[in-house]
Amino acid sequence: MTTKVLRLNVNGEDTLVPVGPMATLQEVLRDKLELTSVKVGCAQGGCGSCSVLIDGELRLACLTPAEAADGCTVTTLEGLNESNSIVPIQQSFIENYAAQCGFCTPGMLVATKALLERNPKPSRDEIIEALSGNLCRCTGYLPIIKAVEDAAAALSGKQSA
Amino acid sequence: MALKDLKIVGKSVRLRDLDTHVRGQTTYYEDVRIPRMLHLKMYRSPHPHAKILKIDTTEAAKQPGVVCVLTHEDMPGKKTFTPLAAIGVAPEDEPILAFDKVRWKGEPIAAVVAESEAAAKAAAPKVKVTFEELPAVFDVEEALKAEAPIVTPWGKNYYQYPDDHAASQIRYGDVERAFAEADHIVEDKYQTKPIEHAPLETTGCVAKPEGNGRYTVYTNIQALYFALDNTAAIVGLSPAKLRFVGGTVGGGFGGKVDIQVEPIATLAAIKTKRPVKYKYSREDEMRVSSTRAAWRIYVKDGVMNDGRIVARKITTYQDAGAYIRLSSYGTMKHAGHMPGPYTIPNVSVDAYCVFTNRPPSSAMRGFGVMSGSYAIELQMDKIAAVTGVDPWQLRLINAYRNGDMKAHRKAADDAALVETIQAAAQLAGQALPADFAAMSSDDRKGG
Ligand code: FES
Ligand code: FES
Repeated sequence: MTTKVLRLNVNGEDTLVPVGPMATLQEVLRDKLELTSVKVGCAQGGCGSCSVLIDGELRLACLTPAEAADGCTVTTLEGLNESNSIVPIQQSFIENYAAQCGFCTPGMLVATKALLERNPKPSRDEIIEALSGNLCRCTGYLPIIKAVEDAAAALSGKQSA
Repeated sequence: MALKDLKIVGKSVRLRDLDTHVRGQTTYYEDVRIPRMLHLKMYRSPHPHAKILKIDTTEAAKQPGVVCVLTHEDMPGKKTFTPLAAIGVAPEDEPILAFDKVRWKGEPIAAVVAESEAAAKAAAPKVKVTFEELPAVFDVEEALKAEAPIVTPWGKNYYQYPDDHAASQIRYGDVERAFAEADHIVEDKYQTKPIEHAPLETTGCVAKPEGNGRYTVYTNIQALYFALDNTAAIVGLSPAKLRFVGGTVGGGFGGKVDIQVEPIATLAAIKTKRPVKYKYSREDEMRVSSTRAAWRIYVKDGVMNDGRIVARKITTYQDAGAYIRLSSYGTMKHAGHMPGPYTIPNVSVDAYCVFTNRPPSSAMRGFGVMSGSYAIELQMDKIAAVTGVDPWQLRLINAYRNGDMKAHRKAADDAALVETIQAAAQLAGQALPADFAAMSSDDRKGG
C-alpha cells in the first residue's frame, strides 16, 4: 500500500494531501480537509449529495478516486460561498423554500452553479436534466426547480423572467 | 379570533436553518470532527428464522485493523429491549445482539470494531455463526394459523393488548342487525406494502468517551431522550453519565425513531475507550432499517340507498415484522381511525399487530393512519359506485359533525371535514348542489 501525495487546488488554495490507493476525493475533502458541505448520502454515485466542481465540471466526489484529481482545481460549496455569484442562487433557494432537512442542498447548489455557468438561461427541461442526479427526499422537486429558474432570471438581469 | 389576527396559521414560515443549509454550514452528526475514531460494522443474520448454535469471532478478531468484536456475551445487563418500554409497551422482545435465535434476515449478531470503515467492513463477514434454520412465516394471516412457526418469545404471533386481547378492538352499536337492515353490503380487501423512508442521510451516531466515566453521543436519532434512556439501561450506566447531542436530522420521516445504533456504539466506546462511529451504509439503510408496515385490511359496510353508511365491520392486520418497536402503538392508532372521519352508528374493528419473519416495521409519517385512509377512501368510492350516489356528496352525507361521537367515544368538537371537502371541490372545479354547498360541521341537516 503506497501513499501518494496529491497536489490539489481546493477552493483557491494550493494544498498537498497524502492519500492511500483506495481513497476517494470525498474522503479527502471531508475527512482530511474538513469540507463538510460534501455530504455522504450513498457513497455509490446515486444521490448527488457529494457534488463538487473539478476544473469547473460537475463531478461526484464519491466516485472520483482521489488520485484522479491530482493537479486539478476542486471547488466545494465552501469555496463558492466566497463568490458573489452564488448569493442570488442561495437567496432563491431560501425564498422558494427549496430545502427542508438541507442534506441535499449543498449538492443542489453546486449542480445549479455548474448549470448556470454553462447555460445562463436554461429551460425548465434543461434544469430538470441538470438536477436529475441530485436526489431530495424532503422538499419535493418543484420548489427546487423554481428556485433555479428564479436564480437564472436574477443572474441574467431578470430580462428573461 | 379572525384568521387575519393569527401570526403563524395560514402563513408560510421560513425555516430558521435555511440560511446555513444554503451555505453548507448546517452541522449534521457526521460533521463533528472527532480524532482517533473507530468504526463499527455489523455481522447480520443471513436467515429469516434460525436457532443460533454457536458464534465464533476468533477469525474476525484477527483481521487487520480490528480492535474488538462484540456479541451478546458483552452485554453488561439485559440482552433485550423495546424502545417504548418506559411508556408501558411490553415485553422487551428485541435482542440488542441476537443470542438464542434470529427472527429476520438482517438481525444484528456481532459488532466488528476496527481502525477504519474499510477494515471493519472487510472483517465483518469473517464472523462464523452456526445456525439451525427454522421454518419462517412471511404472511400475516398465515402467521395467525395454529400450525404457523412461532416468531415471538411469548409464543403467540400477535401483540397482546390489555386483558389478553389478541387485537386492538372497537365495538359500538349492533353491526349484525344493521347489516340485516341495510340496502347494500359493500365488502372488499385492501393491502399496502412496506415502504422504506430512504432518508438522504443514513442512520448513524458517534459515541465518544470523555475520560471521566461520561460519554457523549452525537446522533441523528429523531427521539433523543428515548435513545438516551434506552442506551443507559442497555449499557448499564446512569443516564447522568450520558450526554446525547442531536441536531439537524438529514431526513427522518419516522425512520430514525427506533434506537438501533446508539446502545451498541456506546458499548463499543466503553470497551475500547475510543470514539466509535456506527453508521448505516446506503445498503444497510435500504435493507435493515425499519420500514412502514404492510397492512391487510378487510372492510364490510352496510349502506342505505341514500348513501348513509349504517354499519362497518373491519378486520385488519399490521405486519410488524419480527419485533414490536412502535408497531403495537401503530395498530391502536389504526383501529381508532378505521371508522374514518365519518359518523357510522354501528362499528366493529379488530386490528391485529402480527409478527412475521420480515424486517421489523415501525414509525413513518402517520403510520397506521395512512393505510387506514387508503382503504377507507377506496371503499368510499366503491360505495359511491354501488349506490349511484356522487362520491363528493357521499362523503359530505357521512362526514362527522360537531357533537357526533368519534371512534373513541368522545364527541367531536373540532370537525372540519365538511368545509375541507367543500374547499377541495371548489379547487377542483367541482360544482356541488346548493344544499351540499350549504352544509356545515355545526349542523347535521342533509347528512
Ligand atoms: S454520496 Fe456521492 S452520489 Fe451519493
Ligand atoms: S431537503 Fe432533505 S433531502 Fe433535500
